[in-house]
Amino acid sequence: MAKFDPAEFPLEHPDPRGYRVEAAEGDRMVISVGPHHPSTHGVLRLILELEGERIVRCVPEIGFLHTGIEKTAEHLTWQQAITVIDRMDYLSPLSNNLAYVLAVEKLLGIEVPERARYVRVLLVELQRIASHLVWLGTTGLDMGAMSVFFYAFDLREGILDIFEEVTGARMNPSYIRVGGLANDVPENFVPMVRAYLEKFPKRLAELHAILDENPIFLDRIRRIGAISKDKAIAYGLTGPNLRACGIDYDVRKAFPYCGYDEFDFEVPVGTHGDVYDRYHVRMRELHESHKICVQALERLPEGDWQIQDRKLVRPPKHEVRENMEALIHHFKLVTYGFDVPAGEVYVSVESPRGELGYYVVSDGKNKPWRVRTRPPAFYNVFAIPEMVRGELVADLVAVVATVDPVFGEVDR
Amino acid sequence: MEMVLLLLLKSIVWIVVLLSIFAFLMLFERKFLGYFQLRLGPNRTGPWGLLQPVADAVKIIIKEDIIPREADRITYKLAPIASLFVALAAFASIPVGPPIELFGRTIELSIVNPNAGVLLLFATTSLGVYGITLGGWASQSKYSLLGALRSTAQMISYELSLGLSIIGVLILAGSLNLYDIVQAQERVWFVLLNPVGFLIFFISMFAETNRVPFDLPEAETELVSGYSTEYSGMRFGMFMIAEYINMITMSALAALLYLGGWNGPSFLPGIVWFALKVTLFIFIFIWVRATMPRLRYDRLMSFGWKVMLPVALANLVITAAAVSLF
Repeated sequence: MAKFDPAEFPLEHPDPRGYRVEAAEGDRMVISVGPHHPSTHGVLRLILELEGERIVRCVPEIGFLHTGIEKTAEHLTWQQAITVIDRMDYLSPLSNNLAYVLAVEKLLGIEVPERARYVRVLLVELQRIASHLVWLGTTGLDMGAMSVFFYAFDLREGILDIFEEVTGARMNPSYIRVGGLANDVPENFVPMVRAYLEKFPKRLAELHAILDENPIFLDRIRRIGAISKDKAIAYGLTGPNLRACGIDYDVRKAFPYCGYDEFDFEVPVGTHGDVYDRYHVRMRELHESHKICVQALERLPEGDWQIQDRKLVRPPKHEVRENMEALIHHFKLVTYGFDVPAGEVYVSVESPRGELGYYVVSDGKNKPWRVRTRPPAFYNVFAIPEMVRGELVADLVAVVATVDPVFGEVDR
Repeated sequence: MEMVLLLLLKSIVWIVVLLSIFAFLMLFERKFLGYFQLRLGPNRTGPWGLLQPVADAVKIIIKEDIIPREADRITYKLAPIASLFVALAAFASIPVGPPIELFGRTIELSIVNPNAGVLLLFATTSLGVYGITLGGWASQSKYSLLGALRSTAQMISYELSLGLSIIGVLILAGSLNLYDIVQAQERVWFVLLNPVGFLIFFISMFAETNRVPFDLPEAETELVSGYSTEYSGMRFGMFMIAEYINMITMSALAALLYLGGWNGPSFLPGIVWFALKVTLFIFIFIWVRATMPRLRYDRLMSFGWKVMLPVALANLVITAAAVSLF
């Protein structure tokens, strides 16, 4: 692990003109990939030492998208903090919502009604599909298969339309709230999701067909960027990247939350931990998420979509108009929020990128004392040097694409 | 004197026609890529986006021309010009139709008609790599350098099999003159007599023009933009024009050597048949771009040397044996 000691590898090149071809030692060339590079998926900077086109060393540099979300959350009430937490992993904001809300609910010691639980599972799994579709599209684009990008994004569009209908927002819905949901799902929610889930397998099969049987694509991903089981655990990989190595660890199965143990789904695992396995694990996860969505939609119960504790959730509008007490509750919740008993919890969920954990500390006030995130992509990014050592520059983009980092989450 | 005037006139007509074809080829490509990718393509500029080429041209001309401080200025400026010049010059020996009668004289539909037309053409297109290599080298940017290196390696690996693949045709036609080659295909096209040669030519065509799946010198997602990373404005435009004109040249060459040139049923004039065949190849270029991922650099090299070259050689030997036997 000491192999990539930053001290022995100065980021600032001694030559102020830094980019001269002659500046590298011997036959090697130091090249800076990113932060503005077409395929670094956001703002990752990788400093590569190349011998020919072979990568000798790779040092990731992060922090270009630092937004101070964790700190900002400390200045917002418990419910308000959801809106900034949305913006961490901007490809799956609902997973962030869910993990944070579950942590707060654990501190409060409350259980949400069945309907809220099922809607949460359904939306989070749809979010996983949407996130994996972005991954698939960008992976295709990075390999030069441009059309895959458009096909995948077109398919994702259906999910964003559902989110828009349900939550009013396509990207950062802040829909999952402490105590349930922001609103009940609209009437056309069930038919809309059903129509989408029906067309989904056929469209996914098309994507399989254009990639899985293409010898050029297979050649680009097989036996590239492999990482061993031990190394994967040592680097703290989670999610599809870990499962590609053959380790069967999925938070949904290992520590079920939201009643995931009631659903029938499998956890796909790979064998070699190379780009091919990561690709296949994610592709099969798309099918599994589809399965969960179908089950959740079938079993979606009627009833309350949030708890009935007026100290925690806002009363319905008609009550506020007629009832003095409801008005007071409303006013109190909007201006002050609610207090959460002092204590600390760690809750993790399986986000599309891996184990997304929230360590939340309360000092008994109406604002979190500390919200510490364990973003899966942060750990995954730092395994990239291990994966690309000895590979070609062309493989770097394949590796970065299949590691699937989201920099809102890495830099927070 | 008259001869020189005619040549001059032809050259001007050729350049104007080629550049306008290039402009509409861009639109054609963007439009079809759009349809392949569930999009509409350009549609804001005129009906069917027909004025898009004008908008593109205006844009690229008024863009700032940036030259990196470290760049080798003379070579940097020369490289795109060389690329474009070579691309245009290569088209000089391509006939686009049978000779026509005009004002009582026979006019050949190519600027020049040397006896060894194919040889001249290949000699010219081989120079095309200089523009790319020098441009990438002179930019003093690492991405450009990598792109230029890839380009050089790619050209060497593919030019050879490309050259070998057409020798079969030359043996069948018994001539290096493009008019004679087309004449020899009056009854049966060479694509039927020499299918393996056509296949190799077809694959090499993509490598020769740096198009997907062999677009390694530019490899947008790996090398930002490869050799042209540092270029902007019209200098970048010249590289672009050169690439598209090379595409037209290679499509025309494929049509001439394998698909019988302007031969076709007589209800359409020869020049229209030729244009249709060229359009077919250009459409395939776009189709492949919409479908294929990019090959990896080392795979491309080993494919060129270990598969294409032996097959091309074997094909040559078999064709030569067959021609001498029958």
